[in-house]
Amino acid sequence: MSPTATSVDVKTLIINGENVSARADQTILDVARENGIFIPTLCHLDGLTDVGACRLCLVEIKGSPKLFPACVTKVEEGMEVDTNSERLVHHRRTILELLFAERNHVCAVCVANGNCELQAVAQTQGLTHVRLPYRVGRLEVDTSNERFVADHNRCILCSRCVRVCAEIEGAHVWDIMGRGINSQVLTDLHEPWGASSCTRCGKCIQVCPTGALFDKSKVGVSHPKHPEFLPYLNMMRDGQ
Amino acid sequence: MSQTIVIDPVTRLEGHGKITLKTDDQGNVQEAFFHVTQVRGFEKFNEGRPFYEMPALMARICGICPVSHLVASAKACEAIMAVEIPHTAAQLRRIINLAQTIQSHALSFFYLSSPDLLLGMDADPAERNLFGVAKAKPELALAGVALRRFGQHIIELLGRKRIHPGWIIPGGVTEPLDAAKRDEILGMIPQAYGNVQYALAWYKKIAEKFKDEIENFANFPTMFLGLVNDDDSIEFTDGALRLIDATGNTVLDKVTADQFDHHFGEAVEPYTYMKFPYYKPLGYPGGSYRVGPLARLNIASKMGTPLAGKELVEFKQLAKGPVHGSFHYHHARLIEVLYGIEMIERILADPQILDPHVRATAGVNRLEGAGVAEAPRGTLMHHYKVDEYGKMVWANLVIATGQNNHAMNRGVLNAAQRFVKGSKLEQGMLNRVEAVIRTFDPCLSCSTHAFGQMPLSIELVAPSGEILDEVHR
Repeated sequence: MSPTATSVDVKTLIINGENVSARADQTILDVARENGIFIPTLCHLDGLTDVGACRLCLVEIKGSPKLFPACVTKVEEGMEVDTNSERLVHHRRTILELLFAERNHVCAVCVANGNCELQAVAQTQGLTHVRLPYRVGRLEVDTSNERFVADHNRCILCSRCVRVCAEIEGAHVWDIMGRGINSQVLTDLHEPWGASSCTRCGKCIQVCPTGALFDKSKVGVSHPKHPEFLPYLNMMRDGQ
Repeated sequence: MSQTIVIDPVTRLEGHGKITLKTDDQGNVQEAFFHVTQVRGFEKFNEGRPFYEMPALMARICGICPVSHLVASAKACEAIMAVEIPHTAAQLRRIINLAQTIQSHALSFFYLSSPDLLLGMDADPAERNLFGVAKAKPELALAGVALRRFGQHIIELLGRKRIHPGWIIPGGVTEPLDAAKRDEILGMIPQAYGNVQYALAWYKKIAEKFKDEIENFANFPTMFLGLVNDDDSIEFTDGALRLIDATGNTVLDKVTADQFDHHFGEAVEPYTYMKFPYYKPLGYPGGSYRVGPLARLNIASKMGTPLAGKELVEFKQLAKGPVHGSFHYHHARLIEVLYGIEMIERILADPQILDPHVRATAGVNRLEGAGVAEAPRGTLMHHYKVDEYGKMVWANLVIATGQNNHAMNRGVLNAAQRFVKGSKLEQGMLNRVEAVIRTFDPCLSCSTHAFGQMPLSIELVAPSGEILDEVHR
C-alpha cells in the first residue's frame, strides 16, 4: 500500500466467528495476526514476498471445498474464514510429519535446537511423533563458505533464503533446483557456496527457519536467528 | 562331555555383553569369551559432517562419560585447526572432566559393585543391588548417591546440562565460569571429601574378606597405558601418554595423540564387536595392555595432591612394582575420586579461572588431527581426517574399554577356571565371573560406539548343542 493513499477500501469479514475489518490489500494472515488469531507458518516472513510454499497456513473459506493459503489469499467482503477446524489441524500435522520424515531433523544434535521454527511449530501443533517412515536420506553438506554452512539435510525448502537474497540483498545467489522430492536449494549454477557470487551478507542465515543455514562460529552456542531486520530494511528503502 | 556355558546378558555393566565358557570332558573350563554383541557405527555415519560438529555428535556415544568424548573430540578438532586453547578454557575442561570421572566412578563403585562388596558374591540377586545396599548400610548408599550428584552437578553448572553438555567445543568452551558458580562448587567440596573418605575407609576394611577374589580376578602381569604430566603426576585431560611394562619400566613416554596409531594397532576377533588394541612391536595378543584407574595409578609416580598422594603411597604397597590384581581397580577408583575433588578445589583457586577469554577460533589448517583424554575407564583417543572444507572423511576411535578387552577375556577365563565347577550352574559362581568384568567398569556402549539396557543369562551348552542348564535374570 502506498503511504500517500487518501482513501482506504475497507472490507469486513468473519474469522473463527469473530467480525473483523481489514484493508482490501491485506491477506487473511495479516488480518488474523492483527486480531491476535494464530495461524502457523514456516515460509512466511515479514518483509519478504509470500509464496505459499509450506502450506501450513491453509484455512477454510465458507462456500468453497478448497483450502486457501492465508499468506497469499486477499480478504474479500463477507468472507467467513475458519483457521482451526479439525480438518486443518489434521492437515497441518500431516504436513509437519512429512517435513520431519523427508530429511534429517534430529533436534538433539542440530545447531538450531531450541531456536528452530520447525521445532517450535511442531510443538504448537502438538506433534508428538511421526507416523511415516523416515527417508533418512544423505544429502551433501556444503561447508565451502568460510563463514557459513548449508546443511541440505535440515532444509524444508521454504525458500526464504532464495527470496531474501533476491529481494533484499539483490544478489539472487540462492535458488531452487530439481523437482518434487529431489528439489534442493542451490547457490549460483550449483557452484559450491564458497565459490559462488555470494556477498557474505549473512541475511539467508538469519531468515532460515531451521539449522539448514548456519554460522560456523555458532556451533555449540545457543544460536537464535534475527530476521526482524527485514521490515526495517524495506521501510528505509521505501523512504529513499 | 565338553560343554558351552553362556552368560547372556552380563548385568550391572554399561551396555550389552555376554560370556561363553567352554568346558572339556571333565567339566573344566577351557576357553572363555566375552562378547560385545552390538555395533553402532559412529565412525561411519559421521562421514560428510563438518568436523566442528564432532564433539557434540561423538559425545552421543555415551550418557555416562560424554564429557571425555567431548574433550578428546574437541582436542582432535583443535589439532585440525592447529590452535592452542586459552589457559582458562583448558583449566575449565580439566574441572568438568574430573567431575565426570567422580560421578562415573561413584556409579561404578557404589551402584554397580558395592552390592557384591557389601552383601557378598553369593547373596540373593534380588537383594544384590543398590537398594539392597541402601537397606543394609544406608550411609554407604547415600555417600554414593551424593558423590554422583556432586560430579553431575558440577557438569551441569559448567555445561548447563548433566548429560551431553554442548559447552565443550573445538577451540575451548562456549562460556566462561562466573563467581557464583565457582562458589557453589566450592561449597559442595567439604561434603564430597567426607563421603569419599568414608568409602575409602570402608573399602580397605572389607577388602580383607575378598582375598580369594583379589587373587583370582584378572590378576596377571600386563603393560599399562595412561596420561601423565611432565612432573610424573596423574593427569586426565592434558599431559602425554606413557606405556609401562609389567615390571614398571617405561616402554614409551611422552607419546602425543598424533603418534598413537604409530605405536598401537587394533586387532579384531570374530566373536565380538569390540576391538583389541595392542602395542605394535609386541603384536597381538602379546602387546595387550590395560588402561583405567589401575593403569593410571601404576604409571604415575605421584598424584600431585596431598590426600590422594598419601593414598597412592599406601596403594603402591599392595605389590612390588605395578599392581596387577584387577580387583584393585575398585580401590584405585576411590583414590581417583579423592584426587578429583582435591584437584577441582585447586583449579578453582587459579586466579585466571573467571577469565572471559575461553575460546580460540580457526578454520581447517590440517587435514588430520587426533586428541587423547583419560575417560573414567581409561585412555580415549579420537582421530579424524577431513577434506579441505572441513568435512569428515574418516574417523577412528580407540575406546578405553576396548583396551581392557584382552585382559577382561583373560580375567573371565581365570575366574571361570577357579569358580565354575561341574555341570550345574550356581548364581554365585556366575556372579564371580561377571564381577571380574565389573572390576574394569567396562562401558560396552562406548566400546562398540551399542545402546539399550543390559539384562543377563547363562547357558551351559553341550557339544551337541543341547542346553544342559540355563540361568536368566
